[in-house]
Amino acid sequence: MGEVVESSKPLWACLVSLLAIVPIVRNRRSPNVRDFWSFVAAFAKFGIVLSMLPLIRDGKVIECTLWEILPGAPIQFRVDAMGMLFALVASTLWIVTTLYGIGYMRGLKEHAQTRFFAFFALALSATLGVAFSANLLTLYVFYEILSLSTFPLVTHHQDKEARRGGRTYLAYLLGTSVGFVLPALVYCYIKTDGNLDFSPDGALSGLLSGKEAMVLMLLLVFGFAKGGLMPFHSWLPGAMVAPTPVSALLHAVAVVKVGVFCILRVITGVLGVETLRAFDLGTVIVWIAGFTVIVSSLIALSQDNLKRRLAFSTIGQLAYIILGASLLAPKGLTGSLMHIAMHAFGKITLFFCAGAIFVANGRKYISQCKGLAREMPFTMTAFAIGALSVVGIPPAGGFVSKLYLVWGTMEADMYQATCFYLVSSFLNACYFFPIIFAAFFQKPENPANGIRESHPCCVAALCITASFTLLLFFHPGPFYWLANMMSQVVF
Amino acid sequence: MFDHTLMLTILPCFFAALAVTACGLWKPRWSLPVALLSVGISLFGSLAVLAEVMTQGRVQYFLGNWSEPRGIGIEFNVDPISSLMLVLICVVSLLSLIYASGKITEELPGKEPLFYALFLLLMGGLLGICMTADAFNLYVMLEITSLTSYALVAMGNGRRAAFSAYNYVIMGTIGASFYLLGVGYLYIRTGSLNMADIFRIIQLESLQGSPTITVAFIMILIGMLVKMAFFPLSGWLPNAYTHAPSVTGNFVAPLMTKVSVYVMVRMIITVFGIEFTFDHLPWGQTVVWLAILAIVAGSIMALGQSDLKRMLCCLIIAEVGYMVGGAWLANIHGMTGAVFHIFSDAAMTLCLFLAAGIFHHKNGTGEIGSLEGHFRKMPITMAAFTLGAFSMIGVPPTCGFFSKFYLIRGGLESGQYGYVVALLLSSLVNAILFFRIFETAYFGNLSEGHHDAHGNDDHEVEIDEAPPTMLAPLVATAAGLVAIGLFNSEIAGFIQRSLTPLAVGGTW
Repeated sequence: MGEVVESSKPLWACLVSLLAIVPIVRNRRSPNVRDFWSFVAAFAKFGIVLSMLPLIRDGKVIECTLWEILPGAPIQFRVDAMGMLFALVASTLWIVTTLYGIGYMRGLKEHAQTRFFAFFALALSATLGVAFSANLLTLYVFYEILSLSTFPLVTHHQDKEARRGGRTYLAYLLGTSVGFVLPALVYCYIKTDGNLDFSPDGALSGLLSGKEAMVLMLLLVFGFAKGGLMPFHSWLPGAMVAPTPVSALLHAVAVVKVGVFCILRVITGVLGVETLRAFDLGTVIVWIAGFTVIVSSLIALSQDNLKRRLAFSTIGQLAYIILGASLLAPKGLTGSLMHIAMHAFGKITLFFCAGAIFVANGRKYISQCKGLAREMPFTMTAFAIGALSVVGIPPAGGFVSKLYLVWGTMEADMYQATCFYLVSSFLNACYFFPIIFAAFFQKPENPANGIRESHPCCVAALCITASFTLLLFFHPGPFYWLANMMSQVVF
Repeated sequence: MFDHTLMLTILPCFFAALAVTACGLWKPRWSLPVALLSVGISLFGSLAVLAEVMTQGRVQYFLGNWSEPRGIGIEFNVDPISSLMLVLICVVSLLSLIYASGKITEELPGKEPLFYALFLLLMGGLLGICMTADAFNLYVMLEITSLTSYALVAMGNGRRAAFSAYNYVIMGTIGASFYLLGVGYLYIRTGSLNMADIFRIIQLESLQGSPTITVAFIMILIGMLVKMAFFPLSGWLPNAYTHAPSVTGNFVAPLMTKVSVYVMVRMIITVFGIEFTFDHLPWGQTVVWLAILAIVAGSIMALGQSDLKRMLCCLIIAEVGYMVGGAWLANIHGMTGAVFHIFSDAAMTLCLFLAAGIFHHKNGTGEIGSLEGHFRKMPITMAAFTLGAFSMIGVPPTCGFFSKFYLIRGGLESGQYGYVVALLLSSLVNAILFFRIFETAYFGNLSEGHHDAHGNDDHEVEIDEAPPTMLAPLVATAAGLVAIGLFNSEIAGFIQRSLTPLAVGGTW
């Protein structure tokens, strides 16, 4: 690990959205001022995160210790390449989502918008907390805060369906984190004698027997159920009752990526690549994730509700990321970290489009999408770009990360994993292209008159993310070298 | 600074109890200021004791300067654990007294001076239990707390309160009798009542194998298990605490069971010694299994309740299982966790009972179903309640998480996986229980009212909070939950200053 720089920037990056709750709630009577504050916080957060980038680029690590909450395991932030990458994705997309959220919520005249934006800001604080966590305890604290702070967002509609979704959401997320992660956390604490820090060799390397490593790995990998590994994935489609901006940012980017981020931390920082290799545990995760990749793609094929299809697609793509890291190969990890970013931009575009279609004319089902491109050309073009990225076809960003992932499988000599990726890409194409085909080439059932796009804020937001998706193909930028730096540190 | 700080902590309660009774005859409205003043002095005293213990390790005091241990002298001895208990008792007393001041005229009209007098006597008794170093004196203090708490519970309205108090009297008396018998056996065999002296004699004359000592231990343990409502000896608790006036419940529920747990811990670590308890007695494992049973049973009973306070009472039974199990894990982390949980559970119970009292005050009923729409109507109360609930579930950084952390650590280290599973299970049941309440408060009663394009329907909801005398203690307690959580390693370290010197062999 590189030179350590002490700085309070990570803390501020995390706190800024928490502090923004105060003006957001205070200005609840004047929506424009309130939403202005959301933007201020989003840009401030992005700015702070960005200002740390040059230091990380120089191979340094930024540290900020807050509080020695348990002996040896303080609440501590440490920004390394991997945390930086995730923070950059989350804070960039928060800006766009704020724009989109304003359009969506106003377009649909949703109730309790103040609560919505306040909890959104809280959830973003927790997300950055996870990204910058220096040890397993800090990670767990922010992970739990994120689960709880997103509950009011998921159940925003406060109706029966929302209640059901919310129940599944919490049952899975709290059940797994308390039932699996907490005992594993305490066990790690005992084993390492109170040192839960993530280290490139793994905090637990050399301390475990094969059986212990196996049990701990399963507890941690399934315990961070936000990562959506089957069979603990059902909360994700259930949580699609949330308003679309929530589904978009939280359930395609922040929440689920926090899950995979935690699992990657466990693989690289807690158990350690050496331990996993020694007991051949990487293969176990490869099979679990591979199963999830294929099965979720198959389920996605059968969904007619657009958001649910996207949800199952997300489950599959998350498993891609986990699979990539569990190959225990440098290119695999690079690909998997890049896929966090690439999938985020692609999937958020798709969710934005789904929401925009709903705002414009209340359609939720794929079967209603015939000829939609004539009414909503911008939205559907963006949708096509997002779909290309998720399937992994140039010129979209998803291609680059998938390339690395497949490269990783070859490096690790795991050809079953190569098959998982290729078969699943084919399935992805099968569930996305019919939508695009129907939207662009089929005749609408009741021909509309002219262009009827959604709220301008929504359209602007989805155009921005779609262009980012294209841009990232030509220039993966910081995401590439951050991912590469991380895999150099680990391997 | 002053040699009598211990007495400064306990005596004001007893004197003020007298003064308040006198006030009742003469000028009833002076009773509250007198009570507040004396609790304030006690709190100051307890903090001074804490400071002294922090620097010196312990505070010893011989009442009336009779320092002969075998003679008539009564020794008071405060070590880190007991000094924290003193502060806890004083803080809880102060907060529940502030709450009571706003609620009492409504709940117990005309009986204010009586209530304050009993309250202060109970507080004095609790303080006495925690500072005494004399097994028989502890019994006296125990009886003071028992008698006053029976009376306080019986003050509630109607026959149900009277009946629950009667039940409580019977069970409480049985428990106290067992304790007294145990002390009797100890006195027969060792000829001493002083705790440290008893321990010394047991070691000196190697009485560990003596049946008398074993019987004494069993008697005392059973007595305390009844007093702390350890399942299945817990039947009296839900009724007594639910039907008691809320001003009583807020004070009694957080403290009584916890002080009994403290007595058990004190008996294990000071009187009989950990070597005797965990090495010579063969049933450490059995007690842990009973504790698991208590945790599971308390959680299951809680699931069946529709009344908020009754549900909280069932949870107290489960939490007692946490502490007993933790203490019997026979390692320092388990014991630390058990003692730490005394403090965090007291704070959580206080927080939730205060909130439940406020809901009852506003709605006139304790049914969970009556909480519809309370996130909007009473945001501050609900926020504090939510924090309390999160602490029960064990969400970091509230204190409930850290007590679970220590307890799980103890459980894993001594290989008691059943106990660990029970702890996790009870956390999940707590999550179900409290999210059921949140759902009612959040989803129920969906407003049909219109809202404008910007979702500004907030101004239509009337915020209807309780008066500040009830709200302030609640908010302070909720903040305390986080504070105890943040300072957990300091508190646990301080607790361990009492526990680490006990390690003789490799057992600890």
